[in-house]
Amino acid sequence: MKQPLKIVVLAKQVPDTRNVGKDAMKEDGTVNRAALPAIFNPEDLNALEQALIVKDKYPGTTVTILTMGPSRAADIIREGMFRGADGGVLLTDRKFAGSDTLATSYALSCAVKKLSPDIIIAGRQAIDGDTAQVGPQVAEKLGIPQVTYAEDIEKVEGGEVYIKRRIENGVEQVVSTYPMLITVNASAPECRPRNAKLVMKYKHAKTATEKQEIENDYFSDLCNARPYLSIPEWGVTDVDADVANLGLSGSPTKVKKIENIVFQAKEAKRLTASDEDISGLMKELIASHTIG
Amino acid sequence: MANFFLDNKDMQYHLKHPLMKKIVALKEKNFEEKDKCDYAPVDYEDAMDNYHRVLEIIGEICADVIAPNAEWVDKEGPRVENDRVIYAPGTVINHEALTKAGVYGISLPRKWGGLNFPIVPYVMSCELISRADAGFGNIWGLQDCAETLHEFASDEINDEYLPRIQHGDTCAMDLTEPDAGSDLQSVMLKAHWDEKQGTWLLNGVKRFITNGDADISLVLARSEEGTKDARGLSLFVYDKKHYAVKVRRIEHKLGIIGSPTCELVFTNAPAKLVGDRKMGLIRYVMALMNSARLGIGAQSTGISEAAYQEALKYAKEREQFGKPIIAFAPVAEMLTDMKAKVLASRAMLYETARFVDVYKAYYHLSKERKLEKAERDEMKEYNRLADAYTPLLKLFSSEYCNQITYDAIQIHGGSGYMKDYPVERLARDARITNIYEGTSQLQVVAAIKAVTTGVYLAKMKEYEADTYDAELGALHKMLVAMTAEYEEAVKYVTEREGNDGEYLDFHARRLVEMAGHIIIGYLLLRQASDCGCPCCDDYRISATVYIKAGNAKNKAHSEYIKSNSPEDMGMFKANE
Repeated sequence: MKQPLKIVVLAKQVPDTRNVGKDAMKEDGTVNRAALPAIFNPEDLNALEQALIVKDKYPGTTVTILTMGPSRAADIIREGMFRGADGGVLLTDRKFAGSDTLATSYALSCAVKKLSPDIIIAGRQAIDGDTAQVGPQVAEKLGIPQVTYAEDIEKVEGGEVYIKRRIENGVEQVVSTYPMLITVNASAPECRPRNAKLVMKYKHAKTATEKQEIENDYFSDLCNARPYLSIPEWGVTDVDADVANLGLSGSPTKVKKIENIVFQAKEAKRLTASDEDISGLMKELIASHTIG
Repeated sequence: MANFFLDNKDMQYHLKHPLMKKIVALKEKNFEEKDKCDYAPVDYEDAMDNYHRVLEIIGEICADVIAPNAEWVDKEGPRVENDRVIYAPGTVINHEALTKAGVYGISLPRKWGGLNFPIVPYVMSCELISRADAGFGNIWGLQDCAETLHEFASDEINDEYLPRIQHGDTCAMDLTEPDAGSDLQSVMLKAHWDEKQGTWLLNGVKRFITNGDADISLVLARSEEGTKDARGLSLFVYDKKHYAVKVRRIEHKLGIIGSPTCELVFTNAPAKLVGDRKMGLIRYVMALMNSARLGIGAQSTGISEAAYQEALKYAKEREQFGKPIIAFAPVAEMLTDMKAKVLASRAMLYETARFVDVYKAYYHLSKERKLEKAERDEMKEYNRLADAYTPLLKLFSSEYCNQITYDAIQIHGGSGYMKDYPVERLARDARITNIYEGTSQLQVVAAIKAVTTGVYLAKMKEYEADTYDAELGALHKMLVAMTAEYEEAVKYVTEREGNDGEYLDFHARRLVEMAGHIIIGYLLLRQASDCGCPCCDDYRISATVYIKAGNAKNKAHSEYIKSNSPEDMGMFKANE
């Protein structure tokens, strides 16, 4: 590779909807964010792992986490750095508040332009909205190719990215020029664990807003002395975005009504005849004491 | 998400012990690496925060990866293929997860890619991993070998081997042979210097070697031809890349099945000498064994915790006669006893680990600069305490581990006997803990010195002089009385002791157990007094239960001792 690759991972901090208690929803049917722990959206972790695999394969590659959200969303940038990302940018501004997927993807696309990556990788969808729209819309706004439902970024060679994607009856191999955008499925490898040395190195990484809250002078000096401990915060003007396309004014989505649905049937699972899938199933059945 | 560290308030309490301040200061030497290394701590709080965060990573991997794999690993186990060990697939996954998390080499200095953590958090990692899968705990715990190299090997050897640990290279300590088990002086594996190749070559057989096909092996071998005792043995380091050691077989074991126990054949295996010749057993292996015993203390405590948790869960869920069985007094009592024993093991484990930490930190410091007299004295004192507490820890924690896993099956009733629940595996895993790295009987041999020299008694008196919560005054009083009774029993035996040491040997276990009940009793009293957290109730209950039971057991021991005289010894030899 002539130039080191630049990868941006789009990630979202979401309420953990996997372990919901009674108070997960408010009376009006909206998510009670205060009652649920804020986590790294699971499929975005799969996306991060793909980025880190590429970084492992092609030394010099940089991985930047891009997230939009309030100040506390800096947590997931640190979380990404603990697992191997080089840094991140927090897109944060009151004017972003209330954005639907269209406005969000507009804001993200503005930030991506500024970062000018070769490859943008995002999780297929977030567990709070479940729309799977943001990734594809970012690609559309940037006018670049997109490959969805990816499971494996096999290689980057001759200006092209080779990708395996999961489709209804199997897998498909796709080759795309870059810059391009990929969305990653939960069926892709799980993200690697946090790394002890990276945790110790990056735990003091802070945004400018967070730095104001540091009481210990030593740590604010430390942040200033080590550039990698500064997480940039970008607002509307930093990314040259048009306010009209942001927040409530830029969001055509209107929520009319929300209904609680109780699932009747459990989710089906499709397995192939591969040794891997069979041993995976056996392991699951043994673990659940169904057999063994 | 489950996390074996975050769900364990008791372990977190031990991590915050006041002595940690001293340990961190010794280990980080004024935080001199803070500007040289981007992951070095800048002060005490920062260092403690690092330990907490890294144990959190390990606790998460334990709960999410290693524990769910344990049953599968137990079922499949490792196998031998082309003279090499192939781990069970679950073992490989566990090992990879920990390697990727960058936690191997946790106690090694940063210059060799380690995290430079003290022994206390390292031992905590051993306990966490053993709770998830005791067999895997061995593979993790054999990092002790790297610690031994760090202590005794030359910089040249350390530069070659230690940086490999962080990348997941595993270790083994090759000590025992078919005719040299507990009696390591009989080791026969031969080491000779080959002039032509300019290296030591090893030839012979080793047996019962845990993780025998490791990347890095420490080998005890006879380097002095014609010798027959400990003084002819030296320690060597062997690198797997030479392919000169074959795995002949893996033992079929009762438990810790994921941990391959190998028989090894060395054929002209090139190896490097560690430290000085003839010091192999006398110095290095003794040190290695002490760390290994601390490791078994951690393993035992981890298994005990797992068994207690399983039993508690089952007793709350299982209903008979219209109510959960935990509501029945006999079950409730068993659980309360089990918990007291788990807390007792842990209290002893980290008290010992702290002693080891202080003296080892001084030892390493002494290689860099001359210690002041006060420092030297302190090093000696902590070394003495570590040597006295280690066998006591190994004895108590491994015996408790067996009792707790036994009771865990009992609480499960018929279901516990089935493979459907993890408690039968835990009981099988537990069974080795009071056998290997020195049987309980040998721990008594090591511990009895601290009885006769008064090391334990001095410590009891020191604990006695501390101040405790006034509400716990009755327990304190009981411990004081137990100490007097112990002194009397020791006196009774030593006064009647002949020249052959036989009478003392006969009562040794009873005396050591009496000492243990008192020392552990004080440790539990201390934490019941100090801890201002919600777990206080647990601590108060466990201290009460433990001290009362210890008191009763000591009374029985004391009665028995006084009812026997040296003349009665003949009865116990009738079977010879």
